[in-house]
Amino acid sequence: MEIFKATQVVKDYAGHRALDEVSLSVKDQSIFGLLGPNGAGKTTLIRIINQITAPDQGEIELFGRKLKASDIQHIGYLPEERGLYKKMKVGEQALYLAQLKGLSKHDALKGLKYWFEKFEIQPWWNKKVEELSKGMQQKIQFVITVVHKPKLLIFDEPFSGFDPINANLLKNEILNLKEQGATIIFSTHNMASVEEVCDHIALINRSKKILDGPIDDIKERYKQDIYEVETSAPHDVTAEFSRNGFQLIDYQLKGQIQRIKFQVVNETPANALLQHLMEKMEIRSFREVIPSMNEVFIQVVEQANPKKQAHA
Amino acid sequence: MHKSFLILKREYLTRVRKKSFIIMTLLVPFLFAGFTILPAWLAMQDDEEQRTIGVYDATSQFDQRLENTDFTNFHPIQKAEFESIQQDIKSSKYYAVLHIPEDIVATSRARLLSDKQVTFDIKNMIGGKLENLIEADKKAVIIDESGIPDLEEKLAAARTRIQLETMKVDEKGSAVKSSTEIAMAVGYAAGFIIYMFVFIYGAMVMRGVMEEKTSRIVEVIISSVKPTQLMFGKIVGIGLVGLTQLVFWLILIFLIVSGLQVVLAPDQAELMQQSQNMMAANPQLQGAAQENAVLNIIDLVGNLNIPLILFSFLFYFLGGFLIYSSLMGAVGAAVDHEEEAQQLMLPVTIPLIFSIIILFPVVKNPEGALAFWASMVPLTSPVIMMVRVPYGVPMWELLLSMGILIVSIYGTIWVAGKIYRTGILMYGKKVNFKEIVKWLFYHN
Repeated sequence: MEIFKATQVVKDYAGHRALDEVSLSVKDQSIFGLLGPNGAGKTTLIRIINQITAPDQGEIELFGRKLKASDIQHIGYLPEERGLYKKMKVGEQALYLAQLKGLSKHDALKGLKYWFEKFEIQPWWNKKVEELSKGMQQKIQFVITVVHKPKLLIFDEPFSGFDPINANLLKNEILNLKEQGATIIFSTHNMASVEEVCDHIALINRSKKILDGPIDDIKERYKQDIYEVETSAPHDVTAEFSRNGFQLIDYQLKGQIQRIKFQVVNETPANALLQHLMEKMEIRSFREVIPSMNEVFIQVVEQANPKKQAHA
Repeated sequence: MHKSFLILKREYLTRVRKKSFIIMTLLVPFLFAGFTILPAWLAMQDDEEQRTIGVYDATSQFDQRLENTDFTNFHPIQKAEFESIQQDIKSSKYYAVLHIPEDIVATSRARLLSDKQVTFDIKNMIGGKLENLIEADKKAVIIDESGIPDLEEKLAAARTRIQLETMKVDEKGSAVKSSTEIAMAVGYAAGFIIYMFVFIYGAMVMRGVMEEKTSRIVEVIISSVKPTQLMFGKIVGIGLVGLTQLVFWLILIFLIVSGLQVVLAPDQAELMQQSQNMMAANPQLQGAAQENAVLNIIDLVGNLNIPLILFSFLFYFLGGFLIYSSLMGAVGAAVDHEEEAQQLMLPVTIPLIFSIIILFPVVKNPEGALAFWASMVPLTSPVIMMVRVPYGVPMWELLLSMGILIVSIYGTIWVAGKIYRTGILMYGKKVNFKEIVKWLFYHN
């Protein structure tokens, strides 16, 4: 079931189109990666979902009906550029922001107590925000984002400013929230984390959506029939590859181990080569190289922006 | 509405609980009292030091006739002693030495010698005594020559002093005693208070908006509430902080002033009480009682249209605050840095500063063209109309000014809201007026 759907959304700023007929749909209880270079229009889309700004054209649907003002209490938003009132006490501030999301004081206190205990940060309750480190403030902001148990969560670069331990803690909490039924829109430039947590992604470039789909499908779509084989005992195989219609991409020799990367050029199945190699040397490993999201991202964006590439 | 209230509550409480607010609220009335009342009280204190003045009278006509006062004694000395004192004035036993020269009647000059600066009171007292003595001598000669023994009494009877009472006549023809001075004081004070509060609390709104923008908390908040709710809560919350401070100041100043009156001048308070009782008991004495300056002021203040003045004050206080704080809030939203804020603040505050500059001409001529137009233009009317109200302003002028202000507040809030909504999420862009005008045509 789709929890969120955008249809042909257009947003214009004076002389600049921030979103150009962007359509997206996010499945219930999934993690959706919203990717794209800086200035592509991700933040504009997120602001439209949060009703900070309204689209000029197109439809936004949440829970299967048109987005309405009261929906903001079902959305939790952690912006990329985030801050807190520096002079205000942590607990007081968390309570205030939770109440602004529509929680009663009682529910807000209960929810905050749960999260503060979970993160073991109760001692911060009466501290002023300016006394906390940046990482600590990020934790508070995460708590504030999720305390009202939103059905849709939007995280914009959630891991920036976290050390690896806390980033991992946060990642697990995000996966937990998904397990408990939340749907998450996740915007980041960190492709490793996209691969770890996302089920589905969309890539926005220069105001347009240029790629969309389940993450495994996309990687499958962008694989280039490249294989990597590792063998022991050096043996010159270069000639062997080109004779059989394979393109050698990379060859490395480290001690007794040689690592060969090659691409299938004609229709010859990779298995045929493997069989051939097995007769001559000992195979340590053989695998198809699936592109990382990082590679897909760079490839797709560079294809879409040929001019920019020439400049760089 | 509930969320606006939450915002209002936060804006109000965080500011009212600040140490600086509490200190200012408590301290200013004491400073005010200290700077206005204490010097007056100290000046009133009698000088109780015993002093002896040596008098060397070259004419020998006056030294015996200088009468001692409670604290000052005059002691005639001879030429020799005077000369030796002149050599070494420091070790003499006299506070000062008065030298009356031979030709004092002709030149009207005498000298008072001392090793220290002689106090103002002593100088006046001695000068006055000498003047009286010489005048009396001269008068005696004139009376002798003219042959009219009661000349002095006759001249005294001829002396006249006019007291001009200003009366205001209303439509029904009944005249009320009015005082230009009181109206001026009340108008000036009220206008100035509005100016001060609008300036201080308008700037507070601006800084509050900037704080939210630069700390980047604003994006979190406006994903929960509408920007207009945030702005509304902030402006009203800070406005209430201003009102709270004003009310505290007025109460404290009243308490301190009345407290000091009782402590420092109990006689005067008693006197007032007495004369009031007398007035009540004996209506014929009323005229005489009104000579009492304090009672006179109370009487005249009572003749001002106090409910109208209070209502206008509250109206223009809030109106001025709303119109300026929404503009300053928009400035705060449009800029990234304090320096940029200063630049954009200037054009916003110019009308406010202008109204203080023209305050004095308006006070002097509250019916003039400048006063009229400045009390109609919405950016100057909060201060200028308030200055005019105590003098009595035609009702249609007051209503027109208030109407223009209300309409302008709506317009200003609309414009400011547009700028605010766009500016608050716009980072790293140097804004100018052209840019801001463009924002007005955005549809967010």
